[in-house]
Amino acid sequence: MDTVLSVESVNKIYSGGFQALENINLSINKGEIFALLGPNGAGKTTLIGAICGLVKLTSGKITIDGFDHQRDFRSARSKIGLVPQELTTDAFERVIDTVAFSQGLFGLKKDIEYVDKLLKDFSLFDKRNNKLMTLSGGMKRRVMIAKALAHKPEILFLDEPTAGVDVQLRESMWEQIHCLKERGVTIILTTHYIEEAEKMADRIGIINKGKIVQVDEKKSLIKRLGQKTIQIAYDGSLEGQALQDLQSIPNLKLDGQLINYEYQSTSAVEEVPKLFKVLVDHKIPFSEVESKEKSLQDIFVDLVRE
Amino acid sequence: MNYRGIIAIYRFEMARMWRTLGQSIASPVISTCLYFVVFGSALGSRIDKVEGIEYGTFIVPGLVMLTVLTQCISNASFGIYFPKFTGTIYEVLSAPISAFEIVLGYVGAAASKAIIIGSIILATASFFVELKIAHPFYMMAFLVLTTFTFSMFGFLIGIWADGFEKLQIVPLLVITPLTFLGGAFYSIKMLPPFWYKVSLVNPMVYLISGFRWSFYETADVPVGISLIGITLVLTITLSIIYWIFKTGYKLKP
Ligand SMILES: Nc1ncnc2c1ncn2[C@@H]1O[C@H](COP(=O)(O)OP(=O)(O)O)[C@@H](O)[C@H]1O
Ligand SMILES: [Mg+2]
Repeated sequence: MDTVLSVESVNKIYSGGFQALENINLSINKGEIFALLGPNGAGKTTLIGAICGLVKLTSGKITIDGFDHQRDFRSARSKIGLVPQELTTDAFERVIDTVAFSQGLFGLKKDIEYVDKLLKDFSLFDKRNNKLMTLSGGMKRRVMIAKALAHKPEILFLDEPTAGVDVQLRESMWEQIHCLKERGVTIILTTHYIEEAEKMADRIGIINKGKIVQVDEKKSLIKRLGQKTIQIAYDGSLEGQALQDLQSIPNLKLDGQLINYEYQSTSAVEEVPKLFKVLVDHKIPFSEVESKEKSLQDIFVDLVRE
Repeated sequence: MNYRGIIAIYRFEMARMWRTLGQSIASPVISTCLYFVVFGSALGSRIDKVEGIEYGTFIVPGLVMLTVLTQCISNASFGIYFPKFTGTIYEVLSAPISAFEIVLGYVGAAASKAIIIGSIILATASFFVELKIAHPFYMMAFLVLTTFTFSMFGFLIGIWADGFEKLQIVPLLVITPLTFLGGAFYSIKMLPPFWYKVSLVNPMVYLISGFRWSFYETADVPVGISLIGITLVLTITLSIIYWIFKTGYKLKP
């Protein structure tokens, strides 16, 4: 797979002496949605700032589509679009002007057709002549995305795109982000909502206290770290040898007419059959089997606790 | 060079002026008129000619300088301070545009505004007094050099300031007094010898003297020194700006 962004041994120590990033290594594949997931203060914004040129690196190397982000900053930066965490817009500018300004800033000729297309994509077309201060928060966020896309970047950074956004708007934002991915844009988003990472990302990097704790495919992250639970509803009552055999299985709990069995997905092949062997051997009638995966929330809490 | 980027910043800054056109132009014009009413008409008739020039005419270059300097500093400092304050600076800092190009956009706009306003004041003044410009080329050269230098100085203040009060401090406490004491409304040759010597350490003296020379061919200090002085200050401000972008001082944590 092609790498569009690589971060090597990046450290950031702020002037006060606080180390916000510690030996960060990361590589982002072309066309993927990568979620940087971590609690507040983990260093997500700092990392994005370091890549986009807003924060000076203490040490390390960042390459964007083969270009060094400092030495070849023009080529590197023209590949990226940034939507920062804070909503910052020039109150007195008109929507259409502020998007066209972004094109100019990136050295492009004003392309009003493309600006109009972006505004239509983000349902802002009817507001194109409005001043920014007359827009709602959600609209401003969309204006900022349109600005970040005005120079047709290959990589889009979205720093907490849905923080403080209501549920309905959040879902439409997710949809729009997926549309961008379909157009071939690589997307790196940060979030502290597990649900968001789970829903959006192809891969997830978990960051905590300035360190990347884990980077993996979303699916395998859940699989590898995931604890699973099997819940079996049985009929009748359990007694004698059957009860003893069941109770001898570790991590099994009986709860009324339910058997709750927790197991590590990596050891499923050895463990799960044992349970069913007991059920079948003792002819325990069971009608329903349900299996649950551990949510990212739980995985995350485990990792961050370490 | 990212020319389109420079133009985008320049246009953005100029748009701010057009939006507040009334205020941008009305206030310098009104204050100029007031100066003429007070110094030119009311008091001027009781003041002797200075270096053989009617007093009302004599003060025009100083008056233009006073307004132009204030305009440069307030426009340029506000121009960079405000995006820093609201956070919109992120876009400029993450764009494929070099420090030099950013400065050119902001400073170019602030200098242009000051030149426009300076010209308006000259036009206003010509209604009150008879103006003659002996060396139009040098007049423009002084004006352009001065506006760029002081716009850059304003840009520095805007980067350094971390509150609105700080934006006001330097123009109010340094520039305006130095300009008044730098012979905007008198020739420092009129001062007692001691104060004349003291005045010579005031950089504004060289600025105003050179500018006035381009109008009336009278100068407090040799014109060559004025030109060298301005160029020196320009170089110093440029070096500081270069250092700021190099180190990210107050722009990048
Ligand atoms: N300019 C700064 N100076 C000093 N410390 C900072 C600065 N910016 C952020 N930090 C600190 O760095 C840490 C990471 O911040 P940030 O990257 O904003 O986290 P996140 O985006 O994950 O919430 C926090 O502890 C924050 O206080
Ligand atoms: Mg953040």
